[in-house]
Order: sequence, then structure tokens, then C-alpha cells
Amino acid sequence: MNQASTMPPKSGINPVTPPKKSMLRNQRKMAPWFFLAPGILMFLVFVISPIFQSLWISFYEWDGLGEKTWLGLANYLELFDDENFFISLKNNIIWLVLYMLAPPIGLAIALMLNQTVFGIRLYKSLFFFPFVISQVVVGLVFAWFYDPSYGLLNVVITSFGFEPIAVLADERFVTYGIIVAGLWPQVAYCMILYLTGLNNVAADQIEAARLDNAKGWKMLWYIIIPQLRPATFIAVVVTVIGALRSFDLVSIMTSGGPYGSSRVLSYYMYETALSEYGYRMGYGAAIAVVLFAIMMLFITGFIWKMIRDERG
Amino acid sequence: MFPQPIEKSSPSIRYLYQIGLPIALIIWLLPLIAVMMTSVRPAADITAGNYWGWPSSFNFLDNYKSVFIDSAIGGFIWNSFMVTIPTVVGTIILSCLTGYALAIYNFRSNLLIFFMFVAGNFIPFQILMVPVRDLMLQMGVYDTYRGLIIFHIAFQTGFCTLFMRNFIKGLPFELIESARVEGVTEFKIFWHIVIPLMRPAIAALAVLVFTFIWNDYFWATVLTQGSDTMPVTAGLNSLNGQWVAAWHLVSAGAVVAALPPVIMFFLMQKHFIAGLTLGATKG
Repeated sequence: MNQASTMPPKSGINPVTPPKKSMLRNQRKMAPWFFLAPGILMFLVFVISPIFQSLWISFYEWDGLGEKTWLGLANYLELFDDENFFISLKNNIIWLVLYMLAPPIGLAIALMLNQTVFGIRLYKSLFFFPFVISQVVVGLVFAWFYDPSYGLLNVVITSFGFEPIAVLADERFVTYGIIVAGLWPQVAYCMILYLTGLNNVAADQIEAARLDNAKGWKMLWYIIIPQLRPATFIAVVVTVIGALRSFDLVSIMTSGGPYGSSRVLSYYMYETALSEYGYRMGYGAAIAVVLFAIMMLFITGFIWKMIRDERG
Repeated sequence: MFPQPIEKSSPSIRYLYQIGLPIALIIWLLPLIAVMMTSVRPAADITAGNYWGWPSSFNFLDNYKSVFIDSAIGGFIWNSFMVTIPTVVGTIILSCLTGYALAIYNFRSNLLIFFMFVAGNFIPFQILMVPVRDLMLQMGVYDTYRGLIIFHIAFQTGFCTLFMRNFIKGLPFELIESARVEGVTEFKIFWHIVIPLMRPAIAALAVLVFTFIWNDYFWATVLTQGSDTMPVTAGLNSLNGQWVAAWHLVSAGAVVAALPPVIMFFLMQKHFIAGLTLGATKG
């Protein structure tokens, strides 16, 4: 690190003198903070400090404009009696569980596409397509796919002689219907992660396993999947985050309906704090804190693994 | 390579694969294909209930023209560009700086700051919603481009710092060492040596951030109100409410709204995927 002092600077008029030396060292000590300052400042003001502000607001009753009234834990206690909160929480869990299908389906598609036939690159990018378009568009497309009178789903169902199903208007199906729409881009994302991972699987290990007569499932399970661990890690991370962040599709496809049965925490929070149902910022913040706490469980796990990799 | 290259399998399997692939693709993209078909249908098809069959005629120009003339979508798209482009530029500038600092310098809080950026990236937006909206109101930038831009830059800096830092870590450190030996100032090292090497990372982040911000819906609804600033995602949703049965127009609008990131993706596919799959191969 101190090589700077071993040679005179080329362009300097004076050879290295003691004050210059300390200036350079000082510069190197200060430099990272100059580089970091704008980014850290923005991040602290608009990302980190709002987390604490939300926590603080969650102890108040506040309509967003007037005075705040201290409530202590009342907002959190109210959550326990709020049926809508539990419906949202339950839906979040359904989202989380079903979203976990995205990595294996993504892997299956990646395996199908991991070939070198003519035009395969175009196939890969077209399969990836759903991830590139906005969730708003995905939501509109699927809302329309499920439409009870004309939607393709019901055209197919009725052609088999069954009664049409109004997926998005039926409390039993609505959350699953939205999750299917969400899985579509999520699977595409996982697929691309696995395609990249498959590209880097060690060829010699596969050859060696082939010599040992490993084939098909055995090969996949014992040789390929262990080597795909980094891709799997990222696929799981982005899928968990995606499931817990689900907001766009619920908002666009059902606005939480029918009768609030498709709400998730993120949407319920938004509705409580900002929609026509009123401006209950404090209660909304309390819901957000719960969602944040759930997310923190996962984030801590992810970060812990990343730190281990960073050090090891 | 896994699975076994298809050329090595029997002709019948090879044949099956070549037929199966396009069929699988069509099923996978069926919702999109349907939207594109509907966006060129005449209104008569919609009233007649012809949603999924072949369009009775192709009204490409009429439908797309009426979307632009009869709705505010042109303005929404303009708003999206006005928010997205400055965000991309700002995020890249900030994250080049932070990424460089965290990759090159050893100081005690380095990892702590790094993981602050990483963790911030994962949090649910709702925990930020009330305070950020309030802050924007106080700063007088609620319902302006600036409000959205400022927030997006701050938030995206988290992900982009992670990306830039890992990219710079992969550069040969000797370059920097030898420049230091020559007595080059730290900023000049950054500007003349590191930045030129970061072009692929900058390209990857530019197209990723562009897509993320263009497709953002949550902040578009929270931080804007009127059609003067509303980006196309929020705008499209409000149009959907207005055009209740005019699905040919809704789908034309949807296609238009989806187009810019799609074009970006196809133009810069390699960078896009490199950005998205960061870390999928090592770790």
C-alpha cells in the first residue's frame, strides 16, 4: 500500500518530500468518503431513515396532515383483531409457498433449452420475454385471460362442457389466479439464472460421471444441481423477495377483491394508508412494519450467507 | 454439457424436440400473442365476441392511432421517459462512485456500508411509503418528475452499488497500484483508468435500471397524482378503467407501454442478461 513513497511522482516538480507523502496517504484515507458521500447521503435520506420513521409513525394515529396522536402499541394490538390483516397474511404465505415453484420450473425450462440447435438463442430470449414487460401489462393480460364470458381459459373450459369459472371474482380461486400470473415472469427470471449456471457447469465432471454410467435424474441430482448452487441461491432470493413484494398484480387484477379476499400485506398497507378507505398512516405503517419484519427474517439469512462467502 | 446434446440422440427424439420447441414457445407466450392479435382487431370483433379467433380484419393503424389520439398515453410515455432517463444517468454516476470506493479501499466500515446497500435493496417498498411520500410533499416535489427521479436514484443505488463493486473487484488491481506508484491522484485513477474499463458494467446497469424504472408501478401510484406526471404503468391502469369493453384499445396501449423495455432488451440482450445473472455462476 505504501509503494507511493518508494518512487518520485513523474509529473511532480519536487521529488517526494515528507509533507507530500503524508498528503498522499491522507488522500487515500479520505478518498473513499468523497466517493461514497453522495450515494450514502441519498440512501440514508430516502431508504434507511424512512424505515425508522415508519417504525415511529406506527405508534401514532395520523391522517397524514394533522397532528399525530400517540397510541403506543394500540395499532399493533388492533392487528390481532383485524380479520383483513390475517387474510392478507395468509395470502402472503400462499404466495411465498407457491412462488417456490418458480426455481424448479425455471430449471426445467432451462434444461429443455440448454441445447445448441439452430435458433436456440432466439428461443431463449423469447422464453425470457415475460420478465421484460411490466407487471401492469402482465396483470391486464391475465385479467383478460380469466374473463368469465370471453377469456381464453373459459373458452377452453366450456368447450369441454364445464361451467365457466370467474377466477378473479371467486374468493376460492382469486389468489391462485393472481399467483399464476406472477409466476409467469418469475419462472422466466429463474430460467435465465439457470441457463447461465448451466453454461458454467464443469464439462470434465459430466464426462467423468458419464464414464461411471450416471445418467438422467441421477446425473441431474448428484452432479448438476450441486454445481448450480449459486444460481439456485439467487433464484430463491429473488423469488422470496418477489413473492413478498407482490403488489402490482393484486392492484391491477382485483384491487384486493372480491371483498378483500385477494389482499396481501403490501396491498392492504397501501389501502389502509392511502386509498379511498381513509388515510390511516399509523395503522398502515404498523402493517408495513410486520411485512418488513417477515422480510428481515429472510434478508438476514441471505446477508449472513453472503458475508460468509465474502470472507471465505 | 447437460443434458446430453440433442444431436447425439436418436433421430426420432431429435425430430420430437424440433417440433416440441415451437409448440412450447407458443403456449408459453400465448397471453402475449393474444394481446398482440387483439391490438389489431376491429371493434366489431370485440362486440361480436371474437376475442381469440383470427381477427376479421387487421386494423393496426386505426387502433394504434386512436390510442394515441383519444387517450393521454402519448403523454404518459413521455412522462416515463422523463423519469427513467435521468434516473438511469443519476444512478450510474452515484453507483460508479460508491462501487469504486467499496471495491478499492480497505477501511473498517467497508463491509458494513456494502451490506447496508445490499440489505436496503431487499426491503419492502411499503415500509418506505408513508415517510417518503411525506418527505416529497415537504420538499414540494410530490407529483413532479423530480420527486420520482430522486427516490428512484436513491433506491436503485443499492442494487447498482452491489453490481459495480463486484465488477470493479474483478478488475486487475495492479493497474491501480501502478498508477498510485506514479503518483496519480485518486480521482484521476478513477476517472482515467477505472471508468473506461467499466463500460460493460455501465451498459448492463443502464439497460437494467431502465427496465426496472420503466416498469415501476408502485412508486408511480404513490408519488404522482395527475396525468401530467403519471408514468405509463400507472396511466395504463387508469386507462383500463376508462375503456371498459374496448379491449382492442387496452391491448394496443399495453403493447405500446411494453415496447421501450422490450426494444432495450433486444438491442442489449447480452448486457441485460449479464446484469441480471450477476453472481449466478460463482459464489
